[in-house]
Amino acid sequence: MIPLILFILCAALAIAGAIVLIWAHEPIHSALALILVMVALAILYLLLGAPFISAVQIIVYAGAIMVLFVFVIMLLNFGLEERTNFSKLAIPGALLAVVLMAEIAHWLAHSSIGRAMANGPAAPATEASTVELSKMLFRQYLFPFEATSILILIAILGALVLARKES
Amino acid sequence: MEFIYQHPVLVAAIIKIAVLLFIVMTALAYLTWLERKAIAHIQSRWGPYNVGAHGLLQPLADGIKFLFKEDITPPVADKFVYTLAPFLALALGLTAIALIPFGPVRGPGSVPLLGQPAWAVTDINIGLLMLFAITSLGVYGVALAGWSSNSKYPLLGGLRSSAQMISYEVSLTMSVVGVVLVAGTLSFNELIEKQSGAFWHWNVFSVRYGGVPQIVGFLCYLTAAIAETNRVPFDLPEAETELVAGFHTEYSSFKFAMFFMAEYANMITVSCLATILFLGGWLSPFPESWHWQWFLPGAGLLALAAYCAWNTVAEMRGIARLQLGVVTLLAGGGGLLCLIPVVAEHIQGPFWFTTKILAILFFYIWMRATLPRFRYDQLMSFGWKLLLPLSLANLVITALALVLWPLVKHG
Amino acid sequence: MTGAIPISWYLVLSAILFGLGVIAFVFKRNVITVFMSIELMLNAVNLAFVAFARAHDQLDGLVFVFFVIVVAAAEAAVGLAIVIMLAQNRQSLNVERVNLLKL
Repeated sequence: MIPLILFILCAALAIAGAIVLIWAHEPIHSALALILVMVALAILYLLLGAPFISAVQIIVYAGAIMVLFVFVIMLLNFGLEERTNFSKLAIPGALLAVVLMAEIAHWLAHSSIGRAMANGPAAPATEASTVELSKMLFRQYLFPFEATSILILIAILGALVLARKES
Repeated sequence: MEFIYQHPVLVAAIIKIAVLLFIVMTALAYLTWLERKAIAHIQSRWGPYNVGAHGLLQPLADGIKFLFKEDITPPVADKFVYTLAPFLALALGLTAIALIPFGPVRGPGSVPLLGQPAWAVTDINIGLLMLFAITSLGVYGVALAGWSSNSKYPLLGGLRSSAQMISYEVSLTMSVVGVVLVAGTLSFNELIEKQSGAFWHWNVFSVRYGGVPQIVGFLCYLTAAIAETNRVPFDLPEAETELVAGFHTEYSSFKFAMFFMAEYANMITVSCLATILFLGGWLSPFPESWHWQWFLPGAGLLALAAYCAWNTVAEMRGIARLQLGVVTLLAGGGGLLCLIPVVAEHIQGPFWFTTKILAILFFYIWMRATLPRFRYDQLMSFGWKLLLPLSLANLVITALALVLWPLVKHG
Repeated sequence: MTGAIPISWYLVLSAILFGLGVIAFVFKRNVITVFMSIELMLNAVNLAFVAFARAHDQLDGLVFVFFVIVVAAAEAAVGLAIVIMLAQNRQSLNVERVNLLKL
């Protein structure tokens, strides 16, 4: 009963946030809506039994990446307002997006894999333990882990080089 | 009634949240009183004295003042974000307190409430990570407040304050990882249970699990926590002499009170975290076998009652005498209650926790009274160039000790 | 309803969020908002990963989510640095103004 209420609430919040992202006139409102989407998704990750990923989502995504976005909006928007010009090319784009969503929903409802998944998890609900996740991260996925740390270093260097004043 | 029996978890949680909310709001109000009195006495003056007996009704007077002040909204401010920011700050500050165990949740000293532990609202496996998640969202309250006021000083103050908060948040997290390595768990209750014994087993001093004493981690944590909560000496973004009032310049009456309360709630949260991680949480500093320590809370409250009784007699003014008499009766009643052995055994956890939090809060207030503030560039270079390498070094040395100690021990 | 939420509900939600991200990407004219719609799409994909990780009871999906979040952080950092340079050079954040190869 409570998982159902929580799911419907968080799903509604996430979809509402995405719609506000599209509809808002000011970029800061879109950023706040995206933060709402991320927090709603973090609660959904908790429902799916992944507490570590939920905490990482809030700490990294909602608490650091979106702060970066909000900073940039504040620094650059001081005077710059967004004007959404309605482009004719957008209508087929939106139609294609709706078609994509309908196709996925149809596949889920009518294919064998989809129907197998719709009956819920076969295994009993256990939480993904942080210890198991970190063991996997440091044993099987060690190379991608180290590669992402080099990736972050490159990103820091890139951002520094781009932001340096010409002097 | 049947609802209570069918949903004990939910009802217990609601009761605990209501009680905790009441206690925390009162604690916030009287923390402001404590701060004003302590700073005043350090500066050789008396602080609030007239409003109640020894200024004890000053927080009430301040609260009523905040409620009745005129609520001015700048006309060009972004209404939605302007109203959201203080609510967000206060909500996040209060949510973090729900994760904290004030006493043992299992074993001796734990009190059951409808089958759930009474001393902690929740008991999450990754409680530490969740707490960091909530504090990392606290940047938004400040940044959005500064931006939505649509005016120079708040914007500068808001940007500086949020940059400071995200810089010191990294050092805060790094200085805690040493403790997590030694204990091997992220859950608050297990972290505290691994420090059981006497005060030399607390994480700040102990070498029990093969790690190093986390003194450097504790000092880094305290410094980063002071910067994270925007207190002196790191409070340039809200300093009156530099930036008018920083990000909360344009806020008045109740919204300003919410920022004020959010700052003190953040202070309480980081103090709670410091005691849990480094100072042993709700454990007592004396070994478990010394049973006379059960009577310490009662003795302390009775000593407070005696002091208040003496002040009641020495007081000249009628109203103040009446108030002090009420305080004496409350303290005396509480002291006698805590002397009953059943109560004394179970109140140990919250008593020691509260004592340690008060010690750290007094340290915060003492810093405010004593130190001048950093300049902004000094603040940022201190955070990135000194504090972060120091906490990383602490992490590396702790990890090395944990790996090498078994090898050394076995030859 | 007793028992767990069916996994297909999470996948439908992920598809809806992804579709809304695509719509935002196509409709919006501010560079930063377009960037945010990319983050929305990444979040939808993360939800699908976590749902599948629960459906098959394997932790590999969660490791993937971890990497997606990290890569999104690196991408946001560099992308926003580019956006700042763009805004300084063009004095506008409208994507229709950025239509020359030479700045």
